[in-house]
Amino acid sequence: MNCDRCKKMKIQKKIRGRVWKFGDDVDTDQIIPAQYLVTGDPKELGEHAFENVRPGFARKVRKGDVIVAGKNFGCGSSREHAPRALIGTGISCVIAKSFARIFYRNSINIGLPVVECDVEAEDGDEVEVDFEKGIVEVNGKRYSFPSLPSFLLNLINSGGLVSYVKKQLKK
Amino acid sequence: MPTISEKILAEKSGKKRVEPGEIIEARVDYVMLNDVTGLPAFEVFEKFQTEPLKNRVVLIPDHYVPNKDIASAKQAKAMREFVRKYKIKNYFEVGRGGICHQLMIEEGFVAPGRLIVGADSHTCSYGALGSFATGIGSTEAAAVMATGKLWFKVPETQKFIVEGKLNRYVMGKDIILHIIGDIGVSGSLYKTMEFYGSVISKLSLSDRITIANMAIEAGGKAGIIPPDGKVFDYLKGRVRGDYREVYSDPDAIYSEKFEYNAEEIVPTVAKPPLPENTAPASELGNIEIDQAYLGSCTNGRIEDLRIAAEILKGKKIHEDVRMIVVPASKRIFEQAVEEGLIKIFMDADAYVSGPTCGACLGGYMGVLAKGEVCISSTNRNFIGRMGHKDSRVYLANPAVVAASAIKGRITDPNEL
Ligand code: SF4
Repeated sequence: MNCDRCKKMKIQKKIRGRVWKFGDDVDTDQIIPAQYLVTGDPKELGEHAFENVRPGFARKVRKGDVIVAGKNFGCGSSREHAPRALIGTGISCVIAKSFARIFYRNSINIGLPVVECDVEAEDGDEVEVDFEKGIVEVNGKRYSFPSLPSFLLNLINSGGLVSYVKKQLKK
Repeated sequence: MPTISEKILAEKSGKKRVEPGEIIEARVDYVMLNDVTGLPAFEVFEKFQTEPLKNRVVLIPDHYVPNKDIASAKQAKAMREFVRKYKIKNYFEVGRGGICHQLMIEEGFVAPGRLIVGADSHTCSYGALGSFATGIGSTEAAAVMATGKLWFKVPETQKFIVEGKLNRYVMGKDIILHIIGDIGVSGSLYKTMEFYGSVISKLSLSDRITIANMAIEAGGKAGIIPPDGKVFDYLKGRVRGDYREVYSDPDAIYSEKFEYNAEEIVPTVAKPPLPENTAPASELGNIEIDQAYLGSCTNGRIEDLRIAAEILKGKKIHEDVRMIVVPASKRIFEQAVEEGLIKIFMDADAYVSGPTCGACLGGYMGVLAKGEVCISSTNRNFIGRMGHKDSRVYLANPAVVAASAIKGRITDPNEL
């Protein structure tokens, strides 16, 4: 968590990026293989993101890119190293048909925007996510997604779980 | 008419009732961290500038201990330093502990009606004793250490009923693999799985833990078995503090119900790369193996070692296979020595090690090379889970692992 990008919790209103397309059931071992779980640093972890299944990903990914995936993204381990690695690569958002719950929680708690939405896109497509309106736009098609429950929005907007807890402790 | 999950989450959040989908803040009984998830949590915790809620924190190094290299030594040291700085009593050093989930249960932290979180996905194992237990991330674990509370979305609950008579060499592992093979790896996403039926009642606590352990492999948030006499007996003289068991009301609302006939369940194997790719062990007899692994929080208990030893007794492991046996805790190891099981394994040429997660997550002590195949009593067979991305892991019960080790290929023990 010693990285500026992690501290910046607030979700931007809108993001635009290039698509990296993944399928169903992308597990945390694919996102960050276990042999690298000896550091918590997003940058170092990011260098090995998807190393086994998409060699070269870490080299080619650009800041602001977006992952579009199928169902059950982030299944498997509770390792927070997985969303941290993605933050480390510069990925700005993950859009998936559904998420594994620990990955989803971890992402929200450390400030990686996650959008539950069934989107059709291919590698390299330009995608735009409007968090306020709850709309994903890609290839001229628009998809809407439900906004987060107010508790979670508050959590993110109060600066993530760390700030939330700090405030609670002061009470 | 609430379910077990709803009742526990209501009580812990000070509410009369909670509904699926509702987000609540609840008081947690224990929070567990291991050496991998610990370090990031300790870093976050320091930002809070407060004392941890000592009695509710349990710290267990198991993934990369005994330290596999300098980086992992640093992680384990960070945990030790945290323990000393805040005088945390619930810490289990190498040589005194074992695999975190087994230890949480053995040490009496787990009991019916409790709400337990752990920075490890297989925390759901504790549902076998009637707890609501689920995996969380490191940042969340830091928050719980500081405040004792955490947000939860109340899950829907699915009901699984298994009736009939179990076939020979069919264990808890086969039941849960059979279910995951049916509903898929996202079949229980965000949900609690509750298990019922005469078969579940007859299972040993060990087999029940295997079932709850793999709830996460179906995407489940928790896997819960209503506690009975077996659980209460196990807890006598072991449990820390009081507990109160909780049951679903007879008219509880389930999102789905699934019924299985035990007679249809045979020794089952999950082929790579997902636990849902199940097939009868007897149909995979042409798959040759390089390694057989017996251990982990899924199947590293004394009951697991006993059944494997029964099969291996007086036999030799196939010349092209190495077998690794890792009891899940110090207690289990000791008991296996006393019962003569370790001698049986060693006589059969298996390699026996003290408790560690090691090989289970492809960490160390049993990592697979390119192209190698392992039959494993663990819970995950993802790409690269136990080593090289082109190695393959087949999940099975301990009896299948032992039989396969002898034959050098995947083997249903009924064939021996
Ligand atoms: S034994 Fe395997 S599954 Fe269990 S806690 Fe250790 S690494 Fe995780």
